[in-house]
Amino acid sequence: MVYTKTQFVRFTSALILKSGSVLPETTVAYETYGQLNSNRSNAILICHAFTGDAHAAFFHEGDTKPGWWDEMIGPGKPFDTDKFFIICSNVLGSCKGTTGPASVDPATGHPYGLTFPVITIHDMVALQKMLVDHLGIERLLCVAGGSMGGMQALTWAATYPDAVASAIVIAACHRHTAQQIAFHEVGRQAVMSDPDWQSGNYYGHSIPKRGLAVARMIGHITYMSWSSMDKKFGRNLVGKNVSYNFSKEFQVEGYLEHRGQTFVDRFDANSYLYLTKAMDYFDLTAEGRKLTDVLRNVAQDLLIISFQSDWLYPSDQSREMVRALKANDTDVSYIEIKSDYGHDAFLMECPDQARAITNYLAKVSFERRET
Amino acid sequence: MIRLDYTIIADIIQPGSRVLDLGCGNGELLALLKQQRNCRGTGIEIDDRAVLNAMERGVSVAHGDLDRDLDVYEDKRFDYVILNESLQQVVNIEKVLEDALRIGSKVIVGIPNFCHIRGRFQIFFKGQVPVTPNLPYKWYNTPNLRFLSLKDFRFFCQEKRITIEKACYMSSGEKVLWQSNLFADSGIFVLTKA
Repeated sequence: MVYTKTQFVRFTSALILKSGSVLPETTVAYETYGQLNSNRSNAILICHAFTGDAHAAFFHEGDTKPGWWDEMIGPGKPFDTDKFFIICSNVLGSCKGTTGPASVDPATGHPYGLTFPVITIHDMVALQKMLVDHLGIERLLCVAGGSMGGMQALTWAATYPDAVASAIVIAACHRHTAQQIAFHEVGRQAVMSDPDWQSGNYYGHSIPKRGLAVARMIGHITYMSWSSMDKKFGRNLVGKNVSYNFSKEFQVEGYLEHRGQTFVDRFDANSYLYLTKAMDYFDLTAEGRKLTDVLRNVAQDLLIISFQSDWLYPSDQSREMVRALKANDTDVSYIEIKSDYGHDAFLMECPDQARAITNYLAKVSFERRET
Repeated sequence: MIRLDYTIIADIIQPGSRVLDLGCGNGELLALLKQQRNCRGTGIEIDDRAVLNAMERGVSVAHGDLDRDLDVYEDKRFDYVILNESLQQVVNIEKVLEDALRIGSKVIVGIPNFCHIRGRFQIFFKGQVPVTPNLPYKWYNTPNLRFLSLKDFRFFCQEKRITIEKACYMSSGEKVLWQSNLFADSGIFVLTKA
């Protein structure tokens, strides 16, 4: 078994955020897999989704479960660690080792809480760029990610077109829509209405478990499709008969409860607020810009993937990106994959996704060798 | 052994051209044009299996619908737009061809001939809708939405004031030089519109 360890790097140069706020110092948690080749041309940055972390593949010592995208990263897998040097870092604002609201503010010696500045997807990407520079990589072969990771990959492609040769944008969008913002707002309200939230100053006290669990339950519903839920739970009951009261009778209720409970042990409530807000602010067409103009100067080649049963980030949003890229004459490949798993499909075992990514990476690495 | 229609199309296309293949299937033609003619090509394909196969060949391909996805392209963006064995499968033929002529300097259309002599015999003597090597589908499972002859297509171009710069006719992998509407099972046309 291959074991990996999360590494940390501390940057003491200030990170100027999109909002104008400044973070005087930041720490980034990251993992790498595979070997960087001699001309440093085989590096791929993986961007994680909302509640993910730097631990994308292989095992941490003592763990029984591998990293969150172990299906896709490893020897002989699409992100082949025999060929590529894979980097995955925890995003700014998260709670898995990179600086976020639960980190200690060097100015006060206490956790930031709500004094942590509001961040954007662009800021996450700016910090990743600092990491990539730190690792001595001038130009990434590819940046890839699903959901919030896809937003980062697209932002990379649009912000640093010279520092990335290609991008894989999965189950994502170029702007968060009203429905997507609305679901996030319900989650945030659930957290903030928990009395234990204490305006974000709960560190060292009891955490807003109930609110965060409810937020996670709502989120989880949006990540599945009606058919995947129906297949998994149907109307199955926990017991034999209904009992005509408000106990958890349906299996789906018990499942959501379980999902919510396990989530509060591994995720910080304030990070939940900051990261959902970052996604809600995400709009490459802000201030009346046209998407074709924003994507005029973009990475050379992109792969866009969507899933037919994903109603949270529907295929139409992916097609919008494809249309803009095509209008600009950018090399773009797109596939809508048939899968039942809804938005979560990119995290599941998905042979079509694996095949598309394997072949796409073969193409872009071949073309990079040619030039 | 390369398919004759691919060879004919590859011969028509100037090296280094920008090519858009509408209904590119498994991407064989695009891959050929990339390798042999050094073309920069991209395709649109409606079938998800075919899209994955095309990606495996190393070509850029977008999963999409010709009836819906052509308006994004600017005028004369491509040197050639190819509609090989795909025009008869779209709903709005006039719109798709109009877009193709707008996007490309030249349009290459390949169509099966529904009035090939084999088909005519089957209709006349068997009284059944023809099933031939070139059109192997039954009436209930054909992906083709339109049934036309080479002559129909020539008349159509005349009516729409589309110039046929060149036409090649084939039957069972051989070129057909006379009485094409009777003896050719398919045709390839190079079209332009002023």
